[in-house]
Amino acid sequence: MEKFTIKIDNTEVEVSKGTTIYQAAKQIGIDIPVLCYLNLEHLNIESRPGGCRICVVEVEGRRNLAPSCSTECTPGMVVNTHNMRVMNARKTVLELILSDHPKECLTCSSSGQCDLQHLSQVMGIREIHAVENAEMSTYRKDVSPALKRDMDKCIMCRRCETICNDVQTVGALSAVNRGFMSVVAPAFEQDLIDSPCTFCGQCVAVCPTGALTPYDDTAKVLRALADPSKTVIVQTAPAVRAALGEEFGLEPGTLVTGKMVAALRSLGFDKIFDTDFAADLTIMEEGAELLGRISKFLAGDKDVKLPILTSCCPAWVNFFEEYYPCMLDIPSTARSPQQMFGSIAKNYYAELMGVKREDLVVVSVMPCLAKKYECAREEFSTNGNPDVDFSISTRELASLIKSCNINFDLLPDEDFDNPLGESTGAGVIFGVTGGVIEAAVRTAYELFTGKKLDKIDFKELRGLEGIRMASIDFNGTMIHIGIAHQLGNARKLLDGIRSGMYNFHAIEIMACPGGCIGGAGQPLHHGNSKVIKARSEAIYREDSQKTIRKSHENPYIVKLYEEYLGHPMSEKAHHLLHTHYFEKNKK
Amino acid sequence: MNKIKSLEDLRKMKQSLEHGMNIREKSNEPDSLVQIRVAMATCGIASGARTVMNALVEKIEQEKIPAVVTQGGCMGYCYAEPTIEVKVPGKDPVVFGNVDAVRAIEIIEKYIVNGELLDGIIPTNYQSINEKQ
Amino acid sequence: MAQYKMHLLVCGGTGCRASQSEQIVENLKSEIKNLGLENDAQVVTTGCFGFCEKGPIVKIIPDNTFYTQVKPEDCAEIVTEHVLKGRKVNRLLYEDPETLKHIEDSKHMGFYQKQLRIALRNCGFIDPENIDEYIARDGYAAIGKIITEMTPEAAIDIMKKSGLRGRGGGGFPTGLKWEIASKNKADQKYVVCNADEGDPGAFMDRSILEGDPHSVIEAMAICGYCIGATKGIVYIRAEYPLAIKRLKVAARQARAYGLLGEKILGTDFDFDIELRYGAGAFVCGEETALIHSMEGHRGEPTVKPPFPAEKGYLGKPTNVNNVETFANVPAIFLKGAEWFASIGTEKSKGTKVFALAGKINNVGLIEVPMGITLREVIFEIGGGIKDGKKFKAVQTGGPSGGCLTEKHLDTPIDFDNLIAAGSMMGSGGMIVMDEDDCMVSVAKFYLEFTVEESCGKCAPCRIGNKRLHEILEKICGGKGVEEDIEYLKNLSRVIKDTSLCGLGQTSPNPVLSTIEHFYDEYLAHVKERICPAGSCKALKLYTIISDKCTGCTACVRACPVDAITGEKRQPHVIDADKCIRCGACYDKCKFTAIHVQ
Repeated sequence: MEKFTIKIDNTEVEVSKGTTIYQAAKQIGIDIPVLCYLNLEHLNIESRPGGCRICVVEVEGRRNLAPSCSTECTPGMVVNTHNMRVMNARKTVLELILSDHPKECLTCSSSGQCDLQHLSQVMGIREIHAVENAEMSTYRKDVSPALKRDMDKCIMCRRCETICNDVQTVGALSAVNRGFMSVVAPAFEQDLIDSPCTFCGQCVAVCPTGALTPYDDTAKVLRALADPSKTVIVQTAPAVRAALGEEFGLEPGTLVTGKMVAALRSLGFDKIFDTDFAADLTIMEEGAELLGRISKFLAGDKDVKLPILTSCCPAWVNFFEEYYPCMLDIPSTARSPQQMFGSIAKNYYAELMGVKREDLVVVSVMPCLAKKYECAREEFSTNGNPDVDFSISTRELASLIKSCNINFDLLPDEDFDNPLGESTGAGVIFGVTGGVIEAAVRTAYELFTGKKLDKIDFKELRGLEGIRMASIDFNGTMIHIGIAHQLGNARKLLDGIRSGMYNFHAIEIMACPGGCIGGAGQPLHHGNSKVIKARSEAIYREDSQKTIRKSHENPYIVKLYEEYLGHPMSEKAHHLLHTHYFEKNKK
Repeated sequence: MNKIKSLEDLRKMKQSLEHGMNIREKSNEPDSLVQIRVAMATCGIASGARTVMNALVEKIEQEKIPAVVTQGGCMGYCYAEPTIEVKVPGKDPVVFGNVDAVRAIEIIEKYIVNGELLDGIIPTNYQSINEKQ
Repeated sequence: MAQYKMHLLVCGGTGCRASQSEQIVENLKSEIKNLGLENDAQVVTTGCFGFCEKGPIVKIIPDNTFYTQVKPEDCAEIVTEHVLKGRKVNRLLYEDPETLKHIEDSKHMGFYQKQLRIALRNCGFIDPENIDEYIARDGYAAIGKIITEMTPEAAIDIMKKSGLRGRGGGGFPTGLKWEIASKNKADQKYVVCNADEGDPGAFMDRSILEGDPHSVIEAMAICGYCIGATKGIVYIRAEYPLAIKRLKVAARQARAYGLLGEKILGTDFDFDIELRYGAGAFVCGEETALIHSMEGHRGEPTVKPPFPAEKGYLGKPTNVNNVETFANVPAIFLKGAEWFASIGTEKSKGTKVFALAGKINNVGLIEVPMGITLREVIFEIGGGIKDGKKFKAVQTGGPSGGCLTEKHLDTPIDFDNLIAAGSMMGSGGMIVMDEDDCMVSVAKFYLEFTVEESCGKCAPCRIGNKRLHEILEKICGGKGVEEDIEYLKNLSRVIKDTSLCGLGQTSPNPVLSTIEHFYDEYLAHVKERICPAGSCKALKLYTIISDKCTGCTACVRACPVDAITGEKRQPHVIDADKCIRCGACYDKCKFTAIHVQ
C-alpha cells in the first residue's frame, strides 16, 4: 500500500492512499466535526454523501473548502481544520441548517440524543442569523405502527436513504422534491404503511435528529400498570439485557439481566417473564419442522421445500412478503418468539392463572421497532384482542425506568418469574446473528442423531460478516447452513438460491446489523460500530454462563409439551404457535 | 443508401455532392467572386434571358470558375435584352447587351478568365437613387 | 445533387418554427411549382441563423438576400418578384436600427459582420436532415482521416495543441480531458454529450443540434476513437423535441452510410450513439449529476474526485463534453490545430457562441472570436440598447454569472478575464440591462432561479440560497437594513466556498457582483428607502401635488385601501403607510397631480 505524508494543522501524519482527510486527522487526535457522515466500520456500512458541509477544511491550493469526510489525501497535502475561514464557514453552514430546523428541542423525543443538538452545543451556537420569519420547509407527518416521520426535522443527511436502499435494499425511502423542499420520503410521499417499508427501523437507528422516531406506546403501558383490573405481564427479548445498561451510562456490552428484572418489578409488572423461554419454544417447533423437511428430503420426497428459512424476524417476514411472494412456502411457519410468548400467555398461562384473556395485558420489551408492527398484525389477535398488547423498545424501557424515579445503578439482581421465565443459553443467543440457527443446530443434532453433543459452541456460525456459510456434520449427513444479517445480504442469499448458485438446508436471516442486538429499538450507537460488537460478545457470555444451553432441555418447555401442547407440530401447537404469510401487494 | 466502405469512397462521394452546394459556398465569399447578374424582367425573359442564365451557370460549374450568377430586375436597356452585368472584384461593373448563349460563354472565357475587353459593352453613366443618398 | 440556380434557405429552428416557418417552406415550394421553377430554385429547411429577433428568416442564395419576419402570405411575392423577376422585396429586408436603411444582404448586416462561425458553421447553411449536404461540406472527413491515418495519441495531441476549452461553463482543456480518459484502462468507456442546456435564455446547444447534428455525432466518434470508447450517449433534455428528432434522423442516416456502427469506413473502429432524455433539471448539466440521472438515479452531484474520466457512467471512465465543444472538433481536425489556436486570446482559443438577450436591439445567437470586447458584442453586433436607453450592466454566464458594467466594456472576453471581473463565461448567456433595471431586483431574479434549481443535496446551496433570496426580497420590499448587505456578502462567500457543486459555488455571483459594482444602489434601498431605477414597487412613494389637485376625488374612488383623504374641491393627501403602491390613483388622475418617486 502506497504511503505518504500530509500536514494537518501543522502536524505531519503518514497516511496510506485512499485515506480521507477526516480519517487522517482522527489518527493524530483531531476530531473534525461531522454531521451527515456515517461509518459503521465493523459492519461495512458507510454513508458519505458530502452534503452537510460541516466537515469542510481548507486545503492549500484549492479554490474552495473541501469536505474532509469525502476528500482523499494526496501526497504533500497541507490542511487547515480551524482557521477563521473554516470556522466562519462551518458556523454559517450550521446556522443555515438550524434556520430550517424546528426549535423545539425541549419537547423533542430525540432531545439529548440528537447529533444536531450536540453539534450546535459543541460549536457554541448562541444565535441564528437569518431573516425574520425565514421560511421553514414543512411536510406532512406520517405515523405508522412502528415509527413516526416528522420530516420538518430532516436535515437531508441521507443516512436513512443509504440504509434503506444500499444496506437493506428495501427502497422505501429516497430523496424527493428539489431545492429547499427536498426531503427523504417514500415515493410520491405516500405513507410508510403503503410503501415497501419493512419497519426494520434502521433508518431511525441512524437518524441524527428527531425526524425519524419510534412509535411510542409507553403511556399506554403506564395506564395498564395503573389499572387494578388488569394483570400486566412482561417479556424481555434476549438482546435487551445486553444493551439497556448503556442508557444508564454503563459500558457497552455490560449485561444487566438481573437489574432489568428488578426494574420491571419496581415498575409494577405482575410477572416478569423472558422471551428467551419462547425462543426455546421456537426451537422446538422450528427444529421439528426442519428435521421433518430434511428427513422427507433424504427419503427422496421431491416436493419438499428446502432450505427452510427462519421466521423470527418480523422485518424479514415483511421483506419476503414484499419482494419474494413466490417463495412464501419456504420460510418456517413457526411464529416469532414474541408472538409464541403472547399466544402461550393469553391461552396456557391465562388458563393456568384463571385470568380472562381481556384482563391479561402482555407487554414486550424489544430491541426492535418491527415488533410493534408485528404484534399489531391481525392474524395475531383473537376477537380483536392481540396476543401481545404493547411492544416497547429498549430505549423506551429506559425512559420508563427514569421517569418512575428508579435508580438503576442501585438495583439488586433479581430473577425472572416462572413458568415463562426459565430459559436456556440457546434462547439467549437468539439476539445475535447466527444465534437462532446455532440454537436450532444444538437441538436438531441431538434429535436427529440421537447422540449427545460434546461441543455446544458452534463458532463456525458466529461472526459479523454479512453473509456466512457453514456445513455441520450430523453424524455423517452434512447439513448446509447459510446466515445473513441486514436485508441486502438476505436478498443476495435468496437470489443465489433462486439462481441455483447455493444449496442449503437451512438459512437464518435477521434484518438488523449484527442481529437483534443492532435493532432500531436499542440505545443509539451514534455511528460507533464497536458498540454492536460488544453487545454480541455479551450475549455469548450470557449463553456460556447458563447451566442449560439446549432448548429441548428447558424443564418448563418439557412440562409445557407434557401438560398442554402434546408434541412439537401437534395440532394444538400448530394452532397456537404457527402462522402463514401473505403476498403483501395483494393485501 | 449504401454503406461507405472507405475514406476514399467518402472523398469521392464528397466530390460528387459538393457540386450542388457550390452556389451556397460561393455566396459565403461574395466579394472575392465574379458576380454576374442577369436581367430577368419580363423583357429579358422574353428575349431569352433564362437560356443565357442556364448557359452561364453550366459553364461556371464545368470550368470551376470563381463566379456566381444571380438574377436582377430590369436594367432599362430593353433595346439590348438580354443584358448581363459582370462585376470582377476590384473593377467597375460592366454591362453587356444582346447576350445569347454563345456570347455568354465568350464573355466568360474572354472577359472574366482572360481579362480581354469585348464588344457590346453598354456604357453606364447614370447614378441610382440609392447612391445619391 | 441537382443543380439549382437559386437556393431559398428557410430557418427551421425552434424559434422560427414557432412563427410558422414550416408553412413558409410549404408556400414557397408550391409557389415555385406553380410558376414551373422547380428545376431552378430549391427550398431548403436549415438550422438557426441566430438572428432570432427578426425571425422567421428566409435567405436567398446566391445573392445573400436576407428577408426577416417573413409571413406565410409573403411567399407568393418573394417567388414572383425575387425568384422569377430578380426584384428584391424591399419591405422584408432588414432595416438598420440606426440609419433606418434597408440592408439587402446578410454580409452587410452589423449583426453578422463581426461574427466568426466555427461551431455554428453549418447552422443556417445546410439542411440538417440531409447527410449529403453535411458530407458535401467535408462532413465525416475528419473522423475518416483520424481513424485511417492517425493514432489516438496523435489525435489527442492535435486537440491539446488547438487549445480548445470546454464550452459548457467550466473551461477545462478538452484535449487534456480526453487524455485523462484515454489513460484510464477499462473494458468499456463512454463518450457523453451534455445537451442538458439549462441556462435561461441560452440556446446555442439546441441550435447546433437542430442545425448541424452531424458535427456533434462526428465529434463524439472522434472522441470515442481517442479515448477508446465504442459507446456514445447524448444526454438531452426532453424539452428539445426538434433537436431530438434531428439527432435521431442524423444518427439513422449516419448508420445507413456506415459512419456509425461497426467497422466504420472499413477500419476496426466501432462506434454508435444513443439518446437519454433529461427532465430539465438545471443541475443535471453538472457532469456527475448528469451521469446519475443517466443511471436512473436522482439528478444530483457527487463529490469530485473521482472525476468521470476515472469513474463515470456505470462506474466506467467517461468523457463528458458539451454540444458546443464537440461542434468545434471536426473543424479543428479539418483546418488544423494551428489555425484554431490562431483565433482568440492567449489562453482562450477559438470562438464562443453567445445568446444575446435583454434590453438589446438584436436579440439572438452569435458566434464571435474570443477576445472580442463586450462593447463590440453589445453595440455593434447587438445593435445597441433598445429604445435609445442607457446601458447599465450586462450579465454573462447564465444565472450564476456576475453583472459587468460600463468599465468592463472594453475588456476582451475570454474565460480568465470574465472570472477576474467577477463573472464567468458559463455556457454563453449574455443579458443586457438598461437604466430602468434595478440591480437588487436583478440579483433577486437570478437567485429565484437558483433556489428553484438547487437539487437540495448540500446545505449551503439548499438553505443558503433560499436565505439570500429572502434577504434580497426584504431589501426590495423596503424593509432592509444596512447590516443585511454585510450579511449578504458573508453568506454569499460561504455558499461559494462550501457548496458541493458548481451550482452553489457560483449561484451567489449575481449578489456579490451587484453589491460590488452597485453598492450605492443597495445603500439607497436600505438607507434612503428608494429604488434609484424606480423598479421596486414597495419603494415607490406616491404623493399628491397640492397645486395641481382639484379635489375631484377620482383618486379616492380608485384607491383600493382608502389611503387617500381630503375634502371635496380641496387638495387631497395620500397616507404613505396605508398606500400599497398599486398606482391606481396615478392612472385615474386627470390633472397629473400624482407624483411618483
